[in-house]
Amino acid sequence: MMSKKILITGNEAVAEGAIQAGCRFYAGYPITPQNELIGYMAGRMPEVGGIFIQAEAELAAINMVFGASAVGVRAMTSSSSPGISLKQEGISYLAGAELPAVIVNVMRGGPGLGNIWPAQSDYFQATRSGGHGDYHSLVLAPASVQESYDIMQLAFDLADQYRIPAIILIDGMLGQMMEPLVIKSQIPNPKPQIKKPWALTGCRGRKPNIVKSFFMQQGGLEKLNLALQKKYRLIQQKEQRWEEMFLDEAKVVLVAYGTMARIAKAAIKQLRAKGKKIGLIRPIALWPFPTNIFRRLTTAHKQLKFLVIEMSYGQMLEDVKLVVNGRCPVEFFGRAGGGVPTEEGIIKKVKNLL
Amino acid sequence: MAKITIDKDKCKGCFICISFCPKGLIKKSSQLNKLGVTSVEFSRRVIHKDEAGSPAKGGGKSDKECLGCALCAIICPDCCIEVYK
Amino acid sequence: MKKIFSRPKALRNQSTHYCPGCGHGIVHRLIAEVVDELGIREKVIAIAPVGCAVIAYDYWDFDCSEAAHGRALAVATAIKRLRPENIVFTYQGDGDLAAIGTNETIHAANRGENLTVIFINNAVYGMTGGQMAPTTLLGQKTATTPKGREAQVQGWPLKISEMLAQLAGVKYIERTSLYSPQEVLKTKRAIKQAFQNQIDNMGFSLVEVLSPCPIYWEMSPKEALDWIREVMTKEFPLGRIK
Repeated sequence: MMSKKILITGNEAVAEGAIQAGCRFYAGYPITPQNELIGYMAGRMPEVGGIFIQAEAELAAINMVFGASAVGVRAMTSSSSPGISLKQEGISYLAGAELPAVIVNVMRGGPGLGNIWPAQSDYFQATRSGGHGDYHSLVLAPASVQESYDIMQLAFDLADQYRIPAIILIDGMLGQMMEPLVIKSQIPNPKPQIKKPWALTGCRGRKPNIVKSFFMQQGGLEKLNLALQKKYRLIQQKEQRWEEMFLDEAKVVLVAYGTMARIAKAAIKQLRAKGKKIGLIRPIALWPFPTNIFRRLTTAHKQLKFLVIEMSYGQMLEDVKLVVNGRCPVEFFGRAGGGVPTEEGIIKKVKNLL
Repeated sequence: MAKITIDKDKCKGCFICISFCPKGLIKKSSQLNKLGVTSVEFSRRVIHKDEAGSPAKGGGKSDKECLGCALCAIICPDCCIEVYK
Repeated sequence: MKKIFSRPKALRNQSTHYCPGCGHGIVHRLIAEVVDELGIREKVIAIAPVGCAVIAYDYWDFDCSEAAHGRALAVATAIKRLRPENIVFTYQGDGDLAAIGTNETIHAANRGENLTVIFINNAVYGMTGGQMAPTTLLGQKTATTPKGREAQVQGWPLKISEMLAQLAGVKYIERTSLYSPQEVLKTKRAIKQAFQNQIDNMGFSLVEVLSPCPIYWEMSPKEALDWIREVMTKEFPLGRIK
């Protein structure tokens, strides 16, 4: 397969990655800082024979994605924090009806209207199922423009395989920055690998299908929920993804994702140059959270400290605390509302911990 | 010659059919159906569906006064009525 | 003797949960009859509402999807755009289409989506216990207008069909009712037209059906039909709107 290298924004890389992964339906609404994504899709989706709709609101867009997924098509929507809040009802419905879909959140400062600068303040919303009910979405957090492009194939494949919504969590900085991207020049066969016998296509040659999340008969909804929980446990076993660096001798392990992980890596480079033993865990899947690596590290009875760094006031922090479960100290360094923790800030904090 | 059959166990006793039969051939039943509801009967020779859904034996002659207009069947919200002509 | 009227094939043979005298049962059957007559059962994809007809998909014998309350036309838009060869219709009540779903309704109509919309207007929210609907009449007592709807406080009955008729993307709107067998047949003709329009690629087609809710109107089923004829049609005139 031929490839080429282009300079492109993270937002557009996500869009192109989706197209390459076989996404053939996109509905969205403009909101900063992801407007490059919807703009790119408007031109690109018709080129591959897919459907692009600028919907009347984020609420309509997620419901259009529901319809597209119900007929078996790889479907996607994108927005930024306030718009993702609007989509929570729709995501809950997707989870309950077991429909695959991809939702991209290019996070910005909140709460409320907030501002348009980057943030990581929607971690809870993404990983704690911001909509109603006991459900989960897959949550994937790339940290570069290339990874944002590559991860889309994984997102659509896993969403189809498990019949689950997948959330791509990036921030405004990653969405709007431009980096080189190695892009596949040929579009592979856009038909998804996974067959969808449950999809609505008209009932020729089979019994009618019903797509629903509503079960009023005695025990019906509980049965669905037990099946969902079983699915989630399987995903937690099999789909943990993370990057680890310099863990073997680390005295302090930084935990960060997305753009924050890149800043953390820069801080680690400076610290290690001065002989400090600092490691990194960069979760790539936020749900399922990479509990395996934390357990492995902390049951070896090492004297180490974790420093969780986020563009928030401590959201992923809670997941780290949960899995570490008191075996080691877990510290936090964060800024939000558009503020970004700096290399210098991280270095200063780490030095205080050593 | 025409007649209707009424699936009395689906009837919810709304009695709208009674209002619209131009010959007044439908009346309230004297018995409750499986839903515990007073259903309706075709008032001359009543032909009830048995549980398997086919016309019970013993009925057969239609009521000469039924027009087969099917107004009852058209207005029935529960699709209880079949019309023969 | 020949059987001249029976249950259409596309309507499953089972009891419904609808109240005695409810209009849903009639319209479900009319839709099934039309689907049978047009021979489109294997092509149909229906979108059910939230409301009393939330489990409409249990009563029809073709592909169906649910939709979140009010969102049926967004779901339908995507389905029809992706599968234009299917016949896609929504079945919605007054809350679904004209309260929570107004935005989706107006924009699907404005885009001229080639869809069929069956709009059941019974001037009340049945599922949740008889609260005011956008189409509740002035003076009508409901669970949230115990003294009767007052224009100064709750506004006026919403004429969504007349509003939608302003839009270039809308091709056909007709208001019918169920107050007599003759009216039921007119409703069937309108429903058939709305489906035929989609088959002919003509564009957005909507049938508004004035339908009885005896329980929450606190009337007998026959009285409810009479109320439609004598009172409701004065506020919501029957006939072709577009």
